[in-house]
Amino acid sequence: MSEIRSSVEKRRLRGVVVITLLSSLSFLYFGFISPGKNKTTFGFVLNNEWVLIKEWVIASATGVKIFSGISLVASVLAILAYRKRRQIVFPVGVATFGILMSFITWAASGKFIPLTGLLQGALLLAVPLIFGSMSGLICERSGVINIAIEGQLLASAFVSGVVASLTHKTIWGLIAAPIAGAAISFLLATFAIKFSVDQVILGFVLNVLVIGLTDFLYKKLLVPYQSTWNTAPTFGKIELPILSKIPVLGPIFFSQSIVVYLMFAIVATITFALFKTKWGLRTRAIGEHPTAADTVGIDVNKLRFKNVIIAGLIAGVGGAYYTVGSVGAFGKEMTAGAGFIALAALIFGKWSPIGAVFAALLFGFADNLQSTLTIIGVSIPSEFMLMVPYIATIIAVTGLVGRVRAPAADGVPYLRGGAH
Amino acid sequence: MSLELRRITKTFGSFTANDEINLRVETGQIHAILGENGAGKSTLMNIVYGLLKADSGEILVDEKVIDISDPSDALRAGIGMVHQHFMLIPVFTVAENIVLGHEKTGKFGALDIETARSAIREVSKDFGFEVDPDAIVETLPVGIQQKVEIIRALIYEAKVLILDEPTAVLTPQETDELLKTMRELKAKGTSIIFITHKLREVREVADQITIIRRGKVVGAVSPQTSEGELASLMVGRTVDLAPEKHKHKIGEPILVAKDLTVRNALGAAVVKKVNFHVNAGEVLAVAGVQGNGQSELARALINLEDHIEGSILLSGEEIRGKSIYGSLHAGIAFIPESRELDGLVGSFSIAENLILDLHDQAPYTKGITLSAGVVLAEAEKKVKEFDIRLQSVSDAVSTLSGGNKQKVVIARELSRPVKVLVASQPTRGLDVGSIEFVHERILAERDAGRGVILFSTELDEVMALADRIAVMYRGEILDIVDSNVTREELGLLMAGVASKRVSA
Repeated sequence: MSEIRSSVEKRRLRGVVVITLLSSLSFLYFGFISPGKNKTTFGFVLNNEWVLIKEWVIASATGVKIFSGISLVASVLAILAYRKRRQIVFPVGVATFGILMSFITWAASGKFIPLTGLLQGALLLAVPLIFGSMSGLICERSGVINIAIEGQLLASAFVSGVVASLTHKTIWGLIAAPIAGAAISFLLATFAIKFSVDQVILGFVLNVLVIGLTDFLYKKLLVPYQSTWNTAPTFGKIELPILSKIPVLGPIFFSQSIVVYLMFAIVATITFALFKTKWGLRTRAIGEHPTAADTVGIDVNKLRFKNVIIAGLIAGVGGAYYTVGSVGAFGKEMTAGAGFIALAALIFGKWSPIGAVFAALLFGFADNLQSTLTIIGVSIPSEFMLMVPYIATIIAVTGLVGRVRAPAADGVPYLRGGAH
Repeated sequence: MSLELRRITKTFGSFTANDEINLRVETGQIHAILGENGAGKSTLMNIVYGLLKADSGEILVDEKVIDISDPSDALRAGIGMVHQHFMLIPVFTVAENIVLGHEKTGKFGALDIETARSAIREVSKDFGFEVDPDAIVETLPVGIQQKVEIIRALIYEAKVLILDEPTAVLTPQETDELLKTMRELKAKGTSIIFITHKLREVREVADQITIIRRGKVVGAVSPQTSEGELASLMVGRTVDLAPEKHKHKIGEPILVAKDLTVRNALGAAVVKKVNFHVNAGEVLAVAGVQGNGQSELARALINLEDHIEGSILLSGEEIRGKSIYGSLHAGIAFIPESRELDGLVGSFSIAENLILDLHDQAPYTKGITLSAGVVLAEAEKKVKEFDIRLQSVSDAVSTLSGGNKQKVVIARELSRPVKVLVASQPTRGLDVGSIEFVHERILAERDAGRGVILFSTELDEVMALADRIAVMYRGEILDIVDSNVTREELGLLMAGVASKRVSA
């Protein structure tokens, strides 16, 4: 009988083939066809953390061969693992890392790459994405599609900026932001759950509403009366004792503003709550099979409403990051599509909190690599790098990273007796 | 615990689903509610369970009026329900499904699953069920999923258990097991409301039978009542339970399937190397419990599946690999399993639905335009021929009743020159009157010298219509037997026990 591979296997095979091709390509192109002629310098020290290695200097061509070599070996291991029907995630991850490092080593030939800074910047760019994807996660796990993440982020960035400017207190900005996010959620929940409006259209309309409203107020209020309305103070960095001194990790994770620490706490809480608590069990139930949840006495629409509001609160904190969490002043459409990338991170992360965080970090890294390379003067059009998150999402959705399955009742309004 | 319903009335718009229904279930009684599809049984039970609100009437538990406006009220009152479409979250484990809605929590609000695990093991032991608390529900066979639902009701101390069409998805053996469980429950003092349209089961297990027709109670009888009487009470007229099958000569093989394998999207074989043939003027029934590959096999016969291997010869011509259009026009008529999903375009008119497959041919089309007049005229003819009850052929087909929809599908499929009729669950969800019509029609095709392949999970239907019976189990045809096989033998085959008897 002829062998037909199952589609799961096909997808894994596709992944293995793609990664092997990319490894070979990087080995050949960066290592031999067009090798870098100079040395590449990696910087490891950012602030005042303990110094383990200050810099690492290597000839670009040699570095590429080492990193591409690693990725080739990992690709071979991935092929072997595939043959033996074992997990391929780890070797594929190593291979991806190798390819990425080869690229950086090649691109920065003759230049200085601040590696710690690159990673720290990646995390900072990922912060609003992570907040946004957590908002999307809670909504979609409950069965409500949230396209309005962008609107939630923008509205709360605006409100926190204005409130902090008027009160001259960052904390009031941080308190006001979730309320603004929840207000957008309230509109989303009311129309999606109470009136069963199509959730994709609804989310889109809410985004347009928020963009229009903030643009208008920005032009009529924040620009002419900037000193009163748009001079928000910002949170300082809180350096955690000892932890912030750890080389590389310290400056990245433990020398941040309160908003970033809040993010760590929120992600951990959601991960625990979604899979280990009563709330989580019920939330997943109403997102998968609301009728079944109803028959065991769970008020589906009430819980959905509550969760959409919680999601708005979380996105709101992410919005505050734009103003009081980083630059202070509100700028026109300053979220610049982060809400949509957050949505992409959610899908790329297969609707799991940890997966979404990694996806957001990856997108943040691509974004920051792009700006770092531009700053040090690498001759690759930065627009190409900016496309990476979107290309990655398309690849994810077409199934290269494994089965991507949304909650079964995602986007379906629940009406009792609707099944009849 | 006793349960009494007094003058329950429920209307949907102008349609009265339940009309002043009175019902009394005593402690430890198995009370069967018998009625056709659409008679209002499910509506009534959804009212008792709090999923729907009655317009008027009272529900009494142990002689006291109680208010049930939510399933949680029903659960609190000791009413449990096993739904026709299981109310389990497919991606959850058995234990997670059972704690859902009744969660107990420990430190930091962490879920306590362990208590549920041991409760599941305990109940399983009491009733001899084999249920693993940590199995993911979607990986379990339907029979086990049903047991999970029963266990859930028992763990939450249901004193009245509603079973809504519980045998529809079971093998005869699983059905016997369920009936046994019902008797055990009864012995332990649980009252059971058993909703069904299967007469045999009712007579076997019920203590009291209430018959509902068009939303009204039309009879309360004892289980000694004959099947014929029960059927005529259900339908409102005398019915012919067994259609008349004329003896006649069976012809040459007209469709031959060789080593036919069908794979699903994941690449797993759902039909495994099956071999069979159907002769002209013969009904070959494919029996089996739902989900053993029959649906896929039926669809494969008109190339409606993506991965088909092997060969399908229609009068000697290979049709595997043809387009669906090509297969249909080669001479196969196809009645799909779900008329609403696959058989009809709901928002199209009846006349349009009747020419879905012929719209590109004379006389319905002229150049690039449809000839509306011809379409309507032909539709009127078909409506007469097939006795389709409607107001106008221009109405949307979705406005018709189930039986009339099925007639539209059959009328369309038989309007091409047909060599073989493939009918997949053609009577599912139909009322007795429509079933009679479909059966007569199938036998008429047989008598006219066509081959008929009938896929059915209803044993009675299979036994009544078939000349030969192929039994499918886990994607394989275990055996092909003559129609004089006994129910017991057939039941064993459906459960995967291969018989010794082999026939051509």
